[in-house]
Amino acid sequence: MKMTRRAFTAGAGGMTLAAFLAACGDSNGGNSGGGGGGGGGTGDGDLTPVKLQLQWLPQAQFAGYFAAADQGYFAEEGLEVEIIPSGGDIVPQDALASGSADFCIAWVPKVLGSIEQGANLTNIAQIFQRSGTLQVAFADSGITSVADFEGKRIGSWGFGNEWEIFAAMAAEGLDSTSVSIVTQDFNMNAFLQGDIDAAQAMTYNEWAQVLEATNPDTGALYTPEEFNVIAYQDTSGAMLQDSIWADAGRLADDPDYEATAVALLKAVIRGWVYARDNVEAAAEITIAAGSDWGPSHELWMANETNKLIWPAANGIGVIDTAAWQQTVAGALAAVNEQGQHLITAEPPETAWSNDYIEQAISDLGSDVDTLGDTYEPITVTLVEGGN
Amino acid sequence: MTIEQTSLRAGRPRARGTAARVRATALGLLGLVAVAVIWEVYKVFGPDDGVVVAGHRILPRTTDLAMPHVWEMVARLLGPTTSQAGAAPLWLTVAQAALVSLGIAAVGWVVGTVVGIALGVLMQMVRVAEHGLLPWVVLSQTVPLIAFAPVLKNWGAQIEVGDWRWPQWLSVAVIASYLAFFPVAVGMLKGLQSPPRTHLELMHTYDAGRWATLVKVRLPAAVPYLLPALRLGVASAVVGTVVAEVSTGFMDGIGRQLVSFAGQASGDPAKAWAPIFGAVVLGLVAAGLVGLIGLALRSYRRGEAT
Repeated sequence: MKMTRRAFTAGAGGMTLAAFLAACGDSNGGNSGGGGGGGGGTGDGDLTPVKLQLQWLPQAQFAGYFAAADQGYFAEEGLEVEIIPSGGDIVPQDALASGSADFCIAWVPKVLGSIEQGANLTNIAQIFQRSGTLQVAFADSGITSVADFEGKRIGSWGFGNEWEIFAAMAAEGLDSTSVSIVTQDFNMNAFLQGDIDAAQAMTYNEWAQVLEATNPDTGALYTPEEFNVIAYQDTSGAMLQDSIWADAGRLADDPDYEATAVALLKAVIRGWVYARDNVEAAAEITIAAGSDWGPSHELWMANETNKLIWPAANGIGVIDTAAWQQTVAGALAAVNEQGQHLITAEPPETAWSNDYIEQAISDLGSDVDTLGDTYEPITVTLVEGGN
Repeated sequence: MTIEQTSLRAGRPRARGTAARVRATALGLLGLVAVAVIWEVYKVFGPDDGVVVAGHRILPRTTDLAMPHVWEMVARLLGPTTSQAGAAPLWLTVAQAALVSLGIAAVGWVVGTVVGIALGVLMQMVRVAEHGLLPWVVLSQTVPLIAFAPVLKNWGAQIEVGDWRWPQWLSVAVIASYLAFFPVAVGMLKGLQSPPRTHLELMHTYDAGRWATLVKVRLPAAVPYLLPALRLGVASAVVGTVVAEVSTGFMDGIGRQLVSFAGQASGDPAKAWAPIFGAVVLGLVAAGLVGLIGLALRSYRRGEAT
């Protein structure tokens, strides 16, 4: 009796451990992106290891990076890039500043805040040329512009995602205390159930979540006509979003790191060009890279992300001075509901540089269309639950 | 030896074992059914908007968005995770993630238990250690996990010994062990201090040393205190694992699924519940495995309230 129980305990423990080790083995294979197109095995010694920190879970918002890994573009540039997802308390610019990542993807206003706190970082490529943030209200809410926010319950995720709201309100002369800010969850339930009058939504994600939900009154999916949508891109609160950040200190002292930055950007540009020209494949690659979204939602996200990047008037990733200045002005003007400022002074000159992205574009030459003048988005049909 | 056998190894009658266990299992299942029934009854009779008292919602909404039907959640578990070709059924996707988390929690629990027992013994044997360490042991649990987890992940990411790199799951396991060691250390100390003075004095008259007393009297006496501490420890390890997975951005466990499926809850409310069930089952399995240790040590469990 005793023996069998003990044997059972040992067996159960052993099985757990075995399954666990197997699962961990999988994850190591899945997370390192760069090796895909290379010679594999022994050839990896020549590749420069690079850690790229994302700002959320794997999803098509980052399709270009996953495509660059999948298509072997990183390896062709001599890099072995480990794409590190977030989705928790990992703040990309903190990971970069602390040295646990070599480059990171982050929104400009959030990093401006970190830079004022002492982080020494440089924006080397402005991948998203436009803001993808919306504020969504029901059509009968009477909210059609930022000016209508006064006295309403305004949803935001917080964690630095709220500054466009306050910048846009400041531009309308609205005090941040004139609204009540409600912290949003990872989904749109609080909005759909009436706890929020106007909810924050990204074009590529939460707006789709709303359109994938069933309207309990009709039994059918919600349609865009049932909502008022305010796009921050159309307001003076618009701020620059996904951009690639590098360690400014290493850029200044380490020529190898500078070369790695240019090589990374070349591969990333080709990744985003691939995602533009092969949007369905890019969505598939993202799912294979570990995204939990269903195929319809992933494709929507890949398509909407493309719209934020293409066409790129000055070339993908090139920072538009006017847009940068608007972001800085918004960041200076914004005051949150607790009376705090995002930044109080202009960021240093090292906060951005077009040197690396322009070098990368020129190295790629005319073989790669870095402007996307003729880009046309596709039409994606959403299905219930995004599955 | 004789002392141990007569005074501490007083076995319990075995006959009531099987019948009692069948009854316990039946009651457990009945409890599960009762929860499902209460859920559905409240969903039918509760107000759509829940119960709000003084601006605070004390009972949840009963809409399909907030409370999917039990059968919808079960059906969702059996269906494919997404419509992607070749997608695994949702229950399997969740089970795989839960198994990864179970493995990490097990590593964390084992490390935490070893450290906790060692600390307990040290604090019992060296009076200075008790006074010097116990406040720190208590203090250690007041450090907020969400502040601590990313820091630990950063440290781990910089550890490289030859070809070996600190794997991310190890950061999660360390955090789990950090939570798990506390009840074990405290329970162990309490247990080692529990033998009545007469037992200790008897050992003294035998001219038994501190180690002999520890092994023959204190350790057996500590078992009834240690077992509940181990169960508390495993609960802490599981909670610590799930929270640390979210905090450190670990991709393969149940923690990540809780976040990512919650993000799909507007369009697919039943799906968001799947990893919650996964986490519950994970906790039950972990507690069950630790319960087996109690069976192995049952001869020492005299006087433990079970």
